[in-house]
Amino acid sequence: MRSVIDILDFTVKELDELIDTALDIIDNPKKYAHICDGKKLATLFFEPSTRTRLSFEAAMYELGGNVLGFSESNSSSAAKGESIADTAKTVSCYADIIAMRHPKEGAALVAANNASVPVINAGDGGHCHPTQTLADLLTIRREKGRFNNLTVGFCGDLKFGRTVHSLINALSRYNNIKIVLISPEELKLPSYVKKDVLQKNNIPYEQTTDLEAAMPNLDMLYMTRVQRERFFNEEDYLRLKDSYILTPDKLKNAKADLSILHPLPRVNEISVAIDSDPRACYFKQVLNGKYMRMALILKLLKEAGTI
Amino acid sequence: MNIDSIQNGVVIDHITAGLGMHLYELLDLASLDASIALIKNVNSKKMGKKDIIKIDADIDLNLDVIGFVDPDATVNIIKDGVLVEKRSIDMPQTLTNVIKCKNPRCITSSEQELDHIFKLTDKEGKVYRCIYCETKA
Ligand SMILES: [Zn+2]
Repeated sequence: MRSVIDILDFTVKELDELIDTALDIIDNPKKYAHICDGKKLATLFFEPSTRTRLSFEAAMYELGGNVLGFSESNSSSAAKGESIADTAKTVSCYADIIAMRHPKEGAALVAANNASVPVINAGDGGHCHPTQTLADLLTIRREKGRFNNLTVGFCGDLKFGRTVHSLINALSRYNNIKIVLISPEELKLPSYVKKDVLQKNNIPYEQTTDLEAAMPNLDMLYMTRVQRERFFNEEDYLRLKDSYILTPDKLKNAKADLSILHPLPRVNEISVAIDSDPRACYFKQVLNGKYMRMALILKLLKEAGTI
Repeated sequence: MNIDSIQNGVVIDHITAGLGMHLYELLDLASLDASIALIKNVNSKKMGKKDIIKIDADIDLNLDVIGFVDPDATVNIIKDGVLVEKRSIDMPQTLTNVIKCKNPRCITSSEQELDHIFKLTDKEGKVYRCIYCETKA
């Protein structure tokens, strides 16, 4: 039974196929509207993430399928102490595929090891969130038309941002990618990601604290939030936070075809004044996330022989 | 120093000096009734100093544990006072319930019945990672 825990569970070829499916869904929605008739997706959300859950549910509905599940662990059997293994076995009796969100790292793998239907990791703590990366990749493909010859800036919290690590991992497999890491000293990309991903794959990268200085070279800018609780003291946070808030002013020297991405939800790290800029892609990214989840559900159900 | 030679049992030799006690603990040798000698800092022509563990009992040791702690160690099986077999030691691909994941955010910290499984991800660097959260051992 094929499940998806990490974006690296897919080969580059498989990612290309998923993207091709998503593009076909976008062009021919009717062709897919009943492909999952009578099939059920279980959304097991042991911690709330309304955005991700709605995206999975919308994806399944648009394929003609149905959805069941829970949206926080208080209302689930987990609150009574049931193990993930037992939950996965039980839900496998009701649903054809599972999307699971859990605050602990590795929880999705435990579910996948025990379920008799495919499991999609919808986020396991700070570990992986592969469908966010799928959304990011489709956005890059649609906006740029390619995955090679790109200079990609990552800005904000690069230390704890799992979406950043995951996308860097995914991009490291393409040709002629340059990475620019823009963050305060306190939130730099962990050295193991630099060593195991960037250096290992010979990806050129530079680190800077200056977003404006890095801007002119970027084809793509992936923004993340600098969170107050990541700092030891309030002064450092207040001193630094504005440097990593994207405002029209900071885009002065940006390329005309820059693409600005953000995994959302946004708090204040991208000024709303940017929303109307054609370079803002973060709401398109949300929509792309739904299409990629549709493509992923289709792929896994087909491989399982369910459809 | 004189340690009796053993009749039937196992001698783990050529243990990198300093790792003997760690190996003793991970093999849970304290739970055995047999007489066991842990000899530290023995002079060795090859290694300078080494540790040795002698177990006077015919038991099956978990060779994966030895391979994890010190793949350079050797295992000698003794029968009737004679060396009958030398087992070669290699780093195991997976380690199950030998060590525990220390990451408090790992699912193994909240699901008590889960096996703690580590996979060898980098043989040169001797890196083992938890299969759930990928934290280094
Ligand atoms: Zn772990």
